Amino acid sequence: MTLGNQELLSGWGNTAPSTAWVTTPRSADEVVELLRSTKGPLIARGLGRSYGDAAQCAGGTVVSNRSLWHLSPIDPSTGLVTCGAGVSIDELLAVALPAGFFVPVTPGTRQVTVGGAIAADIHGKNHHVEGSFMNHVTSMTIATPVGPITVSAESDPPLFWATGGGMGLTGIVTQATIRLLPVESGYVSVDTERFDDLDSIMEAMYTGDANYRYSVAWVDCMTAGARMGRGVLTRGDHAPLEALSAKQRATPLAAPTGAKLSVPFTAPPGLLNKLSISAFNELWFRKAPTKRDGEIQSVGTFFHPLDGVSNWNRMHGPKGFLQYQFAVPDAHGDVVTRAIEVLSSAKVPSFLAVLKRFGPGDPGPLSFPIEGWTLALDVPLGPPQLPKVLDQLDQMVAEAGGRLYLAKDSRVSAELLRTMYPSLDSLNEVRRLIDPHGVLASDLSRRLELD
Amino acid sequence: MQNAFGQPQSVLVLGGTSDIALAVTRRLVNDRTTTVVLAGRDDAALARSAEELRAHGATLVETVLFDAGDLSSAAPTIDAAFAAAGGSIDLVLVAVGLLGDQDKLDDDAQGTASLFSVNLTWPAAALAALRPRLIAQGTGHVAVFSSVAGVRVRRANFTYGSTKAGLDAFTQGYAESLRPSGVLVQIIRPGFVRTKMTEGMAEAPFTTDVDTAADTIVKGLSTKAPVVWSPSILKVVFMAMVHLPSVLWRRLPG
Repeated sequence: MTLGNQELLSGWGNTAPSTAWVTTPRSADEVVELLRSTKGPLIARGLGRSYGDAAQCAGGTVVSNRSLWHLSPIDPSTGLVTCGAGVSIDELLAVALPAGFFVPVTPGTRQVTVGGAIAADIHGKNHHVEGSFMNHVTSMTIATPVGPITVSAESDPPLFWATGGGMGLTGIVTQATIRLLPVESGYVSVDTERFDDLDSIMEAMYTGDANYRYSVAWVDCMTAGARMGRGVLTRGDHAPLEALSAKQRATPLAAPTGAKLSVPFTAPPGLLNKLSISAFNELWFRKAPTKRDGEIQSVGTFFHPLDGVSNWNRMHGPKGFLQYQFAVPDAHGDVVTRAIEVLSSAKVPSFLAVLKRFGPGDPGPLSFPIEGWTLALDVPLGPPQLPKVLDQLDQMVAEAGGRLYLAKDSRVSAELLRTMYPSLDSLNEVRRLIDPHGVLASDLSRRLELD
Repeated sequence: MQNAFGQPQSVLVLGGTSDIALAVTRRLVNDRTTTVVLAGRDDAALARSAEELRAHGATLVETVLFDAGDLSSAAPTIDAAFAAAGGSIDLVLVAVGLLGDQDKLDDDAQGTASLFSVNLTWPAAALAALRPRLIAQGTGHVAVFSSVAGVRVRRANFTYGSTKAGLDAFTQGYAESLRPSGVLVQIIRPGFVRTKMTEGMAEAPFTTDVDTAADTIVKGLSTKAPVVWSPSILKVVFMAMVHLPSVLWRRLPG
């Protein structure tokens, strides 16, 4: 197999690009052979939706999983499906929904591969009830430098859990068997409520989330003072047939469609700025009902609003942007408020903030979710005070026993990362076994000194 | 590896006793830089700078000796620096250079040739040796210290100024040649800065101290600007200066 071309790759935030040889193996055997013969550094890449440098490898090889594509029939009694690691959540949903099934965990975009979903141990709006992606993987095959290995949580817990959230550092997943969720319709019955401040949103989520499968809040960080942290809470579950209108009941399991709009080129710098975003936030807040229950929304509307505009990341302009997402335990929920306040007073307010509760985490040493709160922030690059302000937030999060999400990180320090993930050593124990020569590495693993 | 802010983890300083370059490196060590290689001629001075950087928190600081008068040492110096850094370097600061004494240089063939070697030829050769390594690395950042003295030369220091003009032009083409690879190459154009190099000299307008210059330069390194002026106002000042008729230019003080 020959290596493909050299490509300049970055994450979704379009920052810190690097050049690597990109190759697209067409079978698991080709991947195994590649790993056996490579001297590294080498890392897998799915659809490149990590915001930072997790799926790029300066001076090395990036292995695209997109041709590892196959999809078994779905077992109607168990909901189990086996698919190639290159299958995206979008593609899986297109097949699953008409068959009466939903993906057990979907993030805010459907453009994520199964391999990527495992590598980041992605979470969705239902984490507080159903955990992250790995909780629904019954088995997977991983190509490693010492050969292919098929594992389940029971057969090889260390390798299974190290791979979930392991950011590709324990091998390249070539296929996985996932347990899908049976649903009557693809529509979601949604309860929406508007709140004037963060405390009331958090109170409502803390007391009421257990009653809903899906729950997430959008928080406005751009207003200052008493109105800061106002937001809209949306919670729901898959709609039963009887909740649907006659028209909806005609095609209850129609799969979501692709993007209707596209951002065809990188926007000029400053298109998204404090004025335009504040205006947007105002509209978004006003448009939301003060309280509305039982609204029927489509999958696309409820789960994947940003997928409606392809390449939306280009709206941030040539400087790119970054995502900052942290998780803190319940005992330190105040970090959520303090983080928003710190950004606001440093004059680098986040453009978009999403707040969610997490249920208990899983055993993955590098898996992000821990029981408590998670806040995801969109931050535009440019303000010179930003690096130090984010370092300050890192400190707050670490001191609270929290951590950052590596699928979104592009700038935390190696030192603090180690504090945030105290079980890092067990990841490296596994890596030493399946990757004795240390060929698996990414820009992220080298930046964070994980190797 | 650089992060999203372009903050490097490893830095090579060619001209490891340059006051400005060291001030910049100290700031980088306060952010994410942990590995520094200082390359220069003065063993003792390099060792002192290395100690200072270790005190600031750099975990690996190495020194490499070279003489910029020996052109054949350019490639080996780059090799030694990369080896000392552990194989890869995120940011290379090219701050090799001497001011020279124009009065003495006016009629001095040897001195003129020597200044060109140190300020222009050696750095250009080193940049050429560096290029394939950056391409192989798949990432990297180079900042070449030019000077406003090269933007339009003055009688008062034209030998120095012209070496900087040459280095500046070389770097512009070099940056273009690396564009497809994603490696960022920037030109730093400081004005008059109070350093040991300019000690005792009459100050020019828009003079700054080392700390101010270093702050401006670090800020510039975090951007993608092809040229970083220090202080930034000099960009506008020189837009005018380059068009000044000679009768006026030659009358400017300094």
